[in-house]
Parts: sequence; C-alpha cells; structure tokens
Amino acid sequence: MIARALSLALIASLAAGAAAAQDVDRAVKARKSLMTLNSHYLGPLGAMAKGELAYDAEKAGKAAAALAELATFDQSAMWPQGSDQEALGATATRALPKIWATFPAIMEKSAALKSATANLASAAGGGLDSLKAALGPVGAACGGCHEEFRAPN
Amino acid sequence: MERLLRLALILAAFGAAGIGALLLLSAPDRVGPEAFAGLEGDAARGEAVFNIGGCASCHAAPGAEGEARRVLAGGLELVTPFGTFVAPNISPGPQGIGGWSLAAFDDAMRRGVSPEGEHYYPAFPWTSYARMTREDVADLFAFLATLPASEAPNAPHRLAFPFTMRRGIGLWKLLYLSPAPVVEVAGAALERGRYLVEGPGHCGECHTPRDEFGGPILARWLAGGPNPEGKGRIPNLTPDATGLSWSEADIAEYLSSGFTPDYDVAGGAMADVVKNTALVTAEDRAAIAAYLKAIPPHPTEAPAGGGGS
Repeated sequence: MIARALSLALIASLAAGAAAAQDVDRAVKARKSLMTLNSHYLGPLGAMAKGELAYDAEKAGKAAAALAELATFDQSAMWPQGSDQEALGATATRALPKIWATFPAIMEKSAALKSATANLASAAGGGLDSLKAALGPVGAACGGCHEEFRAPN
Repeated sequence: MERLLRLALILAAFGAAGIGALLLLSAPDRVGPEAFAGLEGDAARGEAVFNIGGCASCHAAPGAEGEARRVLAGGLELVTPFGTFVAPNISPGPQGIGGWSLAAFDDAMRRGVSPEGEHYYPAFPWTSYARMTREDVADLFAFLATLPASEAPNAPHRLAFPFTMRRGIGLWKLLYLSPAPVVEVAGAALERGRYLVEGPGHCGECHTPRDEFGGPILARWLAGGPNPEGKGRIPNLTPDATGLSWSEADIAEYLSSGFTPDYDVAGGAMADVVKNTALVTAEDRAAIAAYLKAIPPHPTEAPAGGGGS
C-alpha cells in the first residue's frame, strides 16, 4: 500500500518535472521565433539601407510598423527560470544566467527597443535617409541586450 | 620563424656586447617638443579620430553609455594570458593627461612611451597607433582636452613576473613596432580604408592572431583565431572562402547599425566597437569595407585540440 502510494507520488513528480522541461523548451522556441520574426521584418529595411533593394515607402513603413509591434509583445512567459545556457547547454540557448540576476536592466533595454522601433515606424516611410538614420538606433537597441546577455558564438 | 631568428640574433648579440647593449636597445624612444613646432590640433577633426580610435571603449568607465562615454576615467580590466591590465584615466585632469605636452602624447600614442620615460604595455594599442599621422594625433589631443576631467584614481595592472619588467618591452618593440603599413593596396579609398583599419581603428589588435611573445603574426593579418581574452574565437576578416563572406555593403551596414546580413546583431566586444564605428562617416565605413575585401585571404585555422565553437 505504502509502496504503491510512494510510486504514484514518484510518477506524479516525474510528470511534473517533464511538464516543466517541456514548458521551458516551448518558451525557448517562442523567444527564438520572435527573433526570427524580427529578422524577417528587418530584411527589407536593411536591404534598402544597403542599396540592395529599391526604396519603397509603403513597404518600408509596413515592415517598420510590424517591428514596432513585435517589440510590444508580452515576453514575460518566454524567459522562465532555468532557461539559460548553464541549465540547458550551449546548443539549446545562448541566454546567459545574468539575465535573471539583473532583471530591471533587461526591462530598461526592452523599453529602449520599443522606443527605437516606434521611431523607426514613423521614420521609415519618410524617405531613404530618414530610414537609414532611424535604423542605427534599432541596431544599437538590439545590441544593448545581445552585448551583455548573450553568449558569443 | 624569421622573427624568432631575429630575436635569437639579438639575444646572441647581448651575450657578446653585454648588458650595455641590452639597456641601449631597450631604451624608450622619444621625440622632442620641436617635432610638433607649428602644428596646432583641430578639436573638431579630433572627434572623428576619437570615434574611429575607439578610445571610449577602453577608457570610459565600464558600462558607460551616451555622454558618459566621453568621461575617460578608465577602470576597464583586460584579462590576458600575461595578467590583468587596467585602462588608465586619460581625461584632461591631474589623474589623466592634464598638463601633458603634444610631444608627450605623441610619444605615448605612436611610440608607447610615458611622460616618465617608461614603456607602456602593448595592451594600449600603440602598435597600431604607430601608423597614425602626426596630424591625427595632434587633432585627437586637441579633442581630448575639450572632454570633462575625472578625478578617478588609476589602478595598477596585475601582472606576473617577468611581465612586470617594463624595460623588456623595449626588446618587444624592436620586433613588433613599425609605422609601416601591413598590406599593399592602391587607390585613395583603399588607402583610406587601410589607414583606418591598420592605424587608429586598431582592428588587428583582436583580429590578427598573436605569436608566443604576444606579437601580431603579420603573415596571418586579420585572419582571426582564439580569443586572447577568454572564451570563443575571433572571426577571420579576410576574403578567404573560410573567412568573411559578406559584401562590402554588408560590412558597411554592420559597422553602422550592427546588423549582420541575416539581421542578427553584433555581440560581445564587437557590439561596443560598433558604437564607435556608427559615429564614423559613411565614406569611411565604405573604405573599411573595401579594404577588407582587398587584403590577402587566409584560411580560418581549426581550433587547437578539436574543441567546440
């Protein structure tokens, strides 16, 4: 009887552990997907800035608006405790444990990205020079996190 | 190998000529104030030199952003195989370079010699700055004088013997200190790119591998290698199939916004470098990109021991 209760408890706790691991995995996938979307919308903007794609105000405006919206997405459940590189290994994620140790700093950086992308959204349709000038601060805002909180390749 | 032979010859010469020659050869080389007679630096032009030189990356307080990057209080620690170097205060106050002459500043920048007549360690990239023009040095000096002074005291380097003996750097200089350009290029844009990369931009300090004495291996110029500061590897910038495959426009954009061709961003120490190159003119970024496409290709070296990325 006792053995049966114990084994049930054990199974339950293992299941809970598995569920947590699955949640962590999904959270990592979600935040990587968000990064993929960011790079998707940056694509045409960067190509226009580099002169590889003809400047198109409407296309630029749409891509920049999408980026600005992505920056407002709620990420609170994408960064669970234990989803850093030390816990999951270097192939799973490059997120450094420091992220969780200095949380307010991350929120400041996230605010910087929101403001830089909002500025890009209003500037991108206003001509190529205006797009170019607003793109730099977006890169700087991205780098603001990646410099400090992401392990190098 | 040739360099090793030269060192062996130098050492053999010491054996014969004795300690007097050693002292003579390792003596710090300086210029007198007459070298700068009639040259007045332009602070506005000096700001551009400051940006490409990346002075703030090491000499602003660690973590400084925006305007605070112009307070050159020092304090950044460079952890190397020789020990830990601490960037000094170079603000225009008594703790920094306040009261220095332009000739003294030039001795520091292009010959790695302090006003007290001691060698600086090559953690301060005078091996690259030696390729700068005297006009750029004078302009930079004029600009630095316009920045806020900081009272922050200087912390000593923490090095292991024998690296504590600064006089030995004089011998190192015989091997590695030269104002000559590294790569042959032709045309104004490529020459400008070469000047920026090899001189004030000091790209080779990280991107060129170092030999057993910590000197740059010019035969593998900008070919990357293990990170002397710790984990990871420094990318190969040469146009080899295993090197940098980006277009000139890609390189120029990366130096402007930090975006890679697949819209990842610069990370690690390079993120900080981009903060400086973002302030450089678009023409200069294009010149750097053109130069990187014109240098001799070198294959990327496989990591020693077959270790991971």
